[in-house]
Amino acid sequence: MAAEGHGHSPIEQFEIKELLPINIFGVDASLTNSGAYMIVALSLIFGFLYFSTGGRSLVPTRMQSISELLYEFVANTVRENVGNQGMQFFPLVFSLFIFVLVLNLLGMIPIPGITFTVTSHIAITGALAIMVISIVIFYGLYKHGLGFFKIFVPSGVPLALYPLLIPIEIISFISRPISLSVRLFANMLAGHIALKIFAGFIGVLLGAGAWAILAPLPLALTVALTALEVLVAVLQAYVFAVLTCIYLSDAVHGSH
Amino acid sequence: MAEKSNTSGAGVVHDVQTSTAPHGEAHGASTFPPFNSETFAPQLVWLALTFTILYVLMSRLLLPRIGEVIDERRERIQRDLDTAERLKSDTDKAIANYEKAFADARANAGSIARETREKLDAKVAERQAAADADNAANIAAAEKSIQQTRTKALASVDEIATDVAGAVVKQLIDADVSASDIRSALSSRTS
Repeated sequence: MAAEGHGHSPIEQFEIKELLPINIFGVDASLTNSGAYMIVALSLIFGFLYFSTGGRSLVPTRMQSISELLYEFVANTVRENVGNQGMQFFPLVFSLFIFVLVLNLLGMIPIPGITFTVTSHIAITGALAIMVISIVIFYGLYKHGLGFFKIFVPSGVPLALYPLLIPIEIISFISRPISLSVRLFANMLAGHIALKIFAGFIGVLLGAGAWAILAPLPLALTVALTALEVLVAVLQAYVFAVLTCIYLSDAVHGSH
Repeated sequence: MAEKSNTSGAGVVHDVQTSTAPHGEAHGASTFPPFNSETFAPQLVWLALTFTILYVLMSRLLLPRIGEVIDERRERIQRDLDTAERLKSDTDKAIANYEKAFADARANAGSIARETREKLDAKVAERQAAADADNAANIAAAEKSIQQTRTKALASVDEIATDVAGAVVKQLIDADVSASDIRSALSSRTS
């Protein structure tokens, strides 16, 4: 009975399960379901992009079109938000976008007892966000030296307001990695919890005698939520990429 | 869950221990998984590994591969457009040349026609002038001969009249009248 209750727990799907214990120099590097999902994502991304562009035909095949569409889409996002100097970050933004996108979507494929969404863990989204902000800070310092810190000084504002505005700018800068990581993490987490709860209702209602007649209601809701979650999965990957571009723009162009 | 661990617990005596220990364990396992810091290390290790591989594959292999095709296509289209542009300008040039040649030919034809006309006009005028001069000379000569004939004729008229008058007088009155008398008589009548 408890095991059954355990199975219905909406947060059970976020459990990290160890598949292969590995320990490198005292660091727990065990292969978990999270790691396995990342390997699957990496293989899928590589496999698709590699084999779809195998022909390199001038008139693209359908699969090649998808690859080119993704390429152009991210390239335009980078170009619009960072400008042409930002194209050196294109591989980074593309990697982030496709990685987050595929991990989000993989989490939407229901496999009983296995389905796992890597991006529903703050450790992952946080690490990605910290990586982005670190690149922004290091590249900004490399490009503009200490002048990079001028991004904290709003232009065209009376001097008297500086003591008020500079701390605000600094706080907003520090909150960027937090908002970047929490946005993705919370979206994935909440969506999957909601899905699990509504899907759970179906089973509960079916097992409740005459109430089973109401079971189609949560089913319909689950279908609708699934569609919404697919949208959220794509949208959040895009949002992550766009925000990365906007932050990189600060590093490339200096003060705003 | 605690319920289960209770029932599976060894006995009533160690109830407190058995219930707290599994409860603690259960509590550890049911920590909200994303906040369970024990799992951070393996997640981050594999994230670092997979993302690094992904980034390297993207920047070294996959994106250049896709970009190459797109660039090649763009170049090809640009090249074709350029060729079309060049051919169009060639065509325009050819049309302009043709039109210029046509206009030149028309102008030439006009000038040739004008020259011919002028030449012919001049010739006509020349001939006309020559003919006019001829005619004038002929007319003058004719008029002169008419004048002479007339003068001669007029001179003869007096003589004839005198002769006729003498003859008439002789016939009528059978008298010889001298020619000078008749002449003076006639001239007095006529005057």
